[in-house]
Amino acid sequence: MHDAIKFIQGNEVCVEAALYAGINFFAGYPITPSTEIAEQMAVRLPETGGKFIQMEDEISSMCAIIGASLTGHKTMTATSGPGFSLMQEALGYAIMAEIPCVIVNVMRGGPSTGLPTHVGQGDVCQARYGTHGDHAIVTLTASNHHDIFRMTIEAFNIAETYRTPVILLLDEVTGHLREKIEIPEPGKIPLTKRLRTAVKSGVDYHPYLPREDGRLPMSDFGDIHRYNVTGLYHDMWGFPTDKPQIVYGLIRHLVDKIENNTPKITRFRKYYTKDAETLFISYGASARSTLHLVENRRRRGENVGLLELQSLWPFPADIVREACQHVPLVIVVEMNMGQITKEVKLAVDDPKKVFLANRIDGVLITPTDIRNTLRVIQGKGV
Amino acid sequence: MTAKTTILNLTDEEFVHPGNRACSGCGLSIIYRTALKALGRDTILVVPPSCLTVLQGLYPVAATQLPSLNVTFASTAAAATGVLGALRAQGREKTTVAAWAGDGGTADIGLQALSGACERGENFIFFCYDNEAYMNTGVQRSGTTPQHVLTTTTPISGKPQKKKDVPAIMAAHGLDYIATASAAYPIDLYDKTIKAKTFTGPRYLHIHTPCPAGWGFLPQMTVKIGRLAVETGLFDLYEIENGRFRLTGQSAKMLGKKRLPVGDYFKTQSRFKALTDAHIEEIQQDVDRKWNAYENNDSPR
Repeated sequence: MHDAIKFIQGNEVCVEAALYAGINFFAGYPITPSTEIAEQMAVRLPETGGKFIQMEDEISSMCAIIGASLTGHKTMTATSGPGFSLMQEALGYAIMAEIPCVIVNVMRGGPSTGLPTHVGQGDVCQARYGTHGDHAIVTLTASNHHDIFRMTIEAFNIAETYRTPVILLLDEVTGHLREKIEIPEPGKIPLTKRLRTAVKSGVDYHPYLPREDGRLPMSDFGDIHRYNVTGLYHDMWGFPTDKPQIVYGLIRHLVDKIENNTPKITRFRKYYTKDAETLFISYGASARSTLHLVENRRRRGENVGLLELQSLWPFPADIVREACQHVPLVIVVEMNMGQITKEVKLAVDDPKKVFLANRIDGVLITPTDIRNTLRVIQGKGV
Repeated sequence: MTAKTTILNLTDEEFVHPGNRACSGCGLSIIYRTALKALGRDTILVVPPSCLTVLQGLYPVAATQLPSLNVTFASTAAAATGVLGALRAQGREKTTVAAWAGDGGTADIGLQALSGACERGENFIFFCYDNEAYMNTGVQRSGTTPQHVLTTTTPISGKPQKKKDVPAIMAAHGLDYIATASAAYPIDLYDKTIKAKTFTGPRYLHIHTPCPAGWGFLPQMTVKIGRLAVETGLFDLYEIENGRFRLTGQSAKMLGKKRLPVGDYFKTQSRFKALTDAHIEEIQQDVDRKWNAYENNDSPR
C-alpha cells in the first residue's frame, strides 16, 4: 500500500493514530504547538463520519470529550501547557467518574505562557499531580513518529481497559518534526474495544460495581440504562455518598486499578543496557539526542546504554531499579529541572549515583550538551 | 465641541514604536496606534495572548510605551478588575485602564470574565479588535468568524454558524457606552475612544480589523477591505449611548442611500471561497432586513 507511507509532522501522526484507534469525537481549542492536531482532525474526522468541534476554551474541550465518551465514543482532545492547566479540574472529574478519554499535551516551555513555540518538558509532574486530590494517572510519551503512532493507540487502549483518562505528553520538536511514518494495515495493531455491559434493559445496572478483574462494564449514557454520574464520591449506582466505607473503597479502587497494574501499563525501550556501565534514562525528544550520543559512544567502545521510558506515570520504579542495579552511573536526560530524576533517585538503591543532564532554555538538548554533562560528572572537564 | 478631528490635529506623541513585529498590512497596527493616542499616557493596558502580544514584541523590538499587563487568555477583564481595585485604593481615579483583547479573547474564552466585570460595573474600557478568527495560532474559527468562512478548523465548507454579536451581548449588560469602529476609519475610532473616556463604568469598543494573512487579501488592501465591509452594510459603525442606538460615521451617511452589494466584499478575500450564490443571496437579504430596520428607526437592538 503506497499511500501508507507518509512524510508528516508528529502532530499529524497523532491524528492518524487516533483515527486508526477508532476515535470518532474530538473537541479542542487552538494553542501552539498542538494546533495542527485540531486542524488535521477538522479535515480527517468528518471523512470517517466522526465529529470535530472547536470549543470556546480548554475547559469546555475537556468537558465535551467527557460527555461524548460517556455516550459511547472514543474521544480525544489536544492542547499545550496553559490549556492543560485549564483542563485539570475536568481531568479530575474524568478520573473520579471513570470516563475513558485521551488528552494530548504537546509540551511547550513554561510556566504560564512561557515559550509557545519552543520545546520544554516541564509538564511531567503536572500530568501526575495537576488535578487535586489523591488519584492515579496514566501518562505516555514518545520520541519519534513510529512511537507517537504506537503510543497514541496505546493511550486509547489503556483508557478503555482501565476506564480512565490517559495523558499523552509530546514535545514541540517532535510535534512539528517531519519524519517518515508507515501507517500499518488496519488490524495489525490490536485495539481495545469498549467493555460494554451485558445487562439487559429493565434489569438493574450498576455502573460503578467493578467485576472481579476490577473492570467496569459501561452502558452508553442515555441509552437503555438510566444511571447517575457525578464528581462526588459515589456508590455503585453512581449516586453521591459520604459513607466512610464507600468513600474509602472508591479512592482505593481509583488508585489501585492503575498502580496495581503498573507492569501491564509500563512501556519502555532498552538500548545497549546489558553491559552498560553508564546508563542514561530519558524520554520524549530528549531520548532522541541521548540515543544519538549512546550510539556514538558505543562505536568508540564505551559501555553506555539507554533506558527510554515511554510510560512516565505510573512511574515504572521496578524497571528503573532493575536497570540501574549494577550500573555505577545513571544520568537522567530531560528538558526540565529534574522532574523524572527525582523519581529515579527514589527508585534506585543509591540515589547518589543519579545525575541530571538537562536544558531548560527552550532549546532542544543536543548530544553535545549531554556529553558535556557526562564529562563533568566523570571529572574530565568539558 | 472642539474642532473636528483630522489626521492633522491628532497628537504627535506616539505610544507605539515603528518597526514592530506585526505583519505587513495589519489592521491592528492602525487601530492600536490611533486608539492609544486617544487614551493618552496615563493609561494601563491589560492584554491577553493575541496578535497584540506579538505586535508588542520581544525585547528589544518592543512596541508599546505604556505599561502593559499581559495576562492569561481567559482573564483579561478579571485582571483589569484587579488593577482598578488597586488604583482605587491608591486614590488614582484618573488613570485609564484599557483592556485590549482579540475576538477569541473577548467572545470565546474571555467572555465569562468580561461579563462578570461588566455586571460588577468595573471602570474600564474594553477594546475588542475583531479580526474574525484566531490569527495568532494560524487562522482557526472563533465565535465572531462570519458564516461560511474558511479557516483551518472549518476547512471544507466553511463555518456553519453565524457571527456572534458581541456588542449586543454587551448592550444586554446595560453599559453606558458601547461603540463599534473599523480599522478603515481610524479617526472615527479616535473620536469614540475620546468619548468613551468621558463615561465611567464599563465601556466597550468593538473594532472590525482586517487581517491580510488570515482573510486572504494583499497587505495594501487593508483599508479598502475595511471600508467595503462598512459600505456593503455588513459591519456597521454605531454607538449605544445610555441605551440609545445611533449609526455613526460612514454608516450614518449610508442611511436612505443605495448600498454596495455584499458580493463586492466577499469576492475580495479568499476566505469566502466556499460561499455559493445562494449563500450570498441569503446574506444580502439579512443585511437588507437589518438596514430596513435602521431606516424605519426601528433599531434591531
